[in-house]
Amino acid sequence: MPAVSAAQVRHVAALARLSWDERSAPKLVGELNEILAYISKLSELDTADVPPTSHALDLRDNVLREDEPRKGLAQAEALADAPDSEAGMFRVPRVVGGQ
Amino acid sequence: MTPLLAASPSITALTAAELRELLRRREVSAADAWQAYMSRAAALDPALRAFLEIAGDTPEVPGAPWETHPLLGGVPFALKDNICARGLFCTCGSRILEGFRPPYDATVTVRLREAGAMLMGKTNMDEFAMGSSCEHSGYFATANPWALDRVPGGSSGGAAAAVAADMTAFALGSDTGGSVRQPASFCGIVGLKPTYGLVSRYGLVAFASSLDQIGPLTKDVTDCALVLSAIAGHDPMDSTSARVAGEDYTRYLVPDIKGMRLGVPREYMGEGIEPGVRAAVERAVAGLNGMGAEVEECSLPHTEYGVATYYIIAPAEASSNLARYDGVRYGHRAGGARAGATTGAMTGAGAGTGAGGDLDLAAMYERTRSEGFGAEVRRRIMIGTYVLSAGYYDAYYLKAQKARTLVKQDFENVFARFDALVTPTAPTVAFPIGAKTADPLQMYLNDVFTIPVNMAGLPGISIPCGLSEGLPVGLQLIGPHMGEPTLLRLAYAYETASGIRHPRPAAVNAAVAAAEAIRAAGGVGGVAK
Repeated sequence: MPAVSAAQVRHVAALARLSWDERSAPKLVGELNEILAYISKLSELDTADVPPTSHALDLRDNVLREDEPRKGLAQAEALADAPDSEAGMFRVPRVVGGQ
Repeated sequence: MTPLLAASPSITALTAAELRELLRRREVSAADAWQAYMSRAAALDPALRAFLEIAGDTPEVPGAPWETHPLLGGVPFALKDNICARGLFCTCGSRILEGFRPPYDATVTVRLREAGAMLMGKTNMDEFAMGSSCEHSGYFATANPWALDRVPGGSSGGAAAAVAADMTAFALGSDTGGSVRQPASFCGIVGLKPTYGLVSRYGLVAFASSLDQIGPLTKDVTDCALVLSAIAGHDPMDSTSARVAGEDYTRYLVPDIKGMRLGVPREYMGEGIEPGVRAAVERAVAGLNGMGAEVEECSLPHTEYGVATYYIIAPAEASSNLARYDGVRYGHRAGGARAGATTGAMTGAGAGTGAGGDLDLAAMYERTRSEGFGAEVRRRIMIGTYVLSAGYYDAYYLKAQKARTLVKQDFENVFARFDALVTPTAPTVAFPIGAKTADPLQMYLNDVFTIPVNMAGLPGISIPCGLSEGLPVGLQLIGPHMGEPTLLRLAYAYETASGIRHPRPAAVNAAVAAAEAIRAAGGVGGVAK
């Protein structure tokens, strides 16, 4: 497997909504490459005829419940942990507009 | 001044089952039990730092069946801090959930409360259960009661330390790649990872959903069966919950394993195991043989690929599960600061805001997550995002899913011939604090013997099997799907025959004795309130 570059790491960080300061970035790139090199060990395995396992249990049957209304959390309870709320809603920074 | 500490060793030294018997005979009240454990926890926690939060002075009385409930009435317990309990914080050992109070109880919390158990508090853990030493907690490290300069294991390290030091009667942890069994091994107690789906995950904060499972950490095998009886069984709130009813697992505690077929996988006894660990496990295997079990070597040929497979699948699932921490509905939110003030060259493309303006939504997400998550969690989110990203999915994630099939088939093949497998839980005893933090890969490799069990969704139990260099060694017993009855029977038989049951760390006994001596001399008043 090819090593990941600082630019690729920047791209992945943006996808994951994470950032690093410039000083610790090279260390991160090094660590990620070391881990990726280790997990590339799997390329030794011939898996051409092996089906993938996504789950330990056989979950082919979908799980549904009766479509009956049930009481959920009260609005105040749902908002109690919010960092910011207003008028019964989660308040967030500007989404559109600005520049 | 009440003689709390003087009274505590006698009650807190009991197992949950023994305490339950005294409660039943009304020789001890639930209030006595609560006070004894609370004062011992308060006295020892400054040295061990096992708890993130200890509940208030009086137990929450859940109602009628409490105290008299035959299962766990009046027995104090603790929860790993990724299991929700109404009224207590749930941080997952992360700064991003600092101050979060879940508005509901996990199913296991409900079931334990209904069985009459009394919740003492929440225990320390590696952040979001990502770690094998408790050193990745966003708050502080926990010490091993056997040697305060050693790690208790992880990620359920606080829970294991608390049970080992008799600070609580039992605890629940979670096990994604060994996080119940490895700390149980390092602290000399019993830790069970049940079959995937046997215990509801509702209210367990998700790390890697196809691998996570809640399990008990207890002083002995009997307590393990008792706690499992209280928490196992189908839950409609968890769609991956197996369609099986709970049952009374204590009926499998029979000290007879004549004719049981046990396999010892050679890949688990090879290089990289400390000699003292190997010797203790070999003695245990010989002991089981002497008790009438048929022991034979076997092979799980894909063992060496387990860790690599896990470090694709678990971070992939985690990167998705942890996307919810965005600073909107709960937990930490990066506040007030202006965009670009601290983020440097690595700032992602989505982070830009208007020059000098307040953080926009995307920048708020990024800043919140970068501030709130610790280094190990960020590292794993990066790995997970990478292996799922366009162009790499087939090479990494799909490949790992296929490797997972091979690991699973290894077990299916051997369980055609064996009732259970016997292995070391970890290749080492508890390592010194700081020994592995600089090298993430070395930390990962400590889970080489526990990870494959999660991959296959099987049950595994770690029980103490002696000491090496004065530190506990864990014996892992692995069963087939829903093989808990076999594992409990085997573990109980070994515990009974070996006499190795809740070994006590001398360091803690010495600390308690010293504290008591000071109190007896009138030196210090009011230790624990």
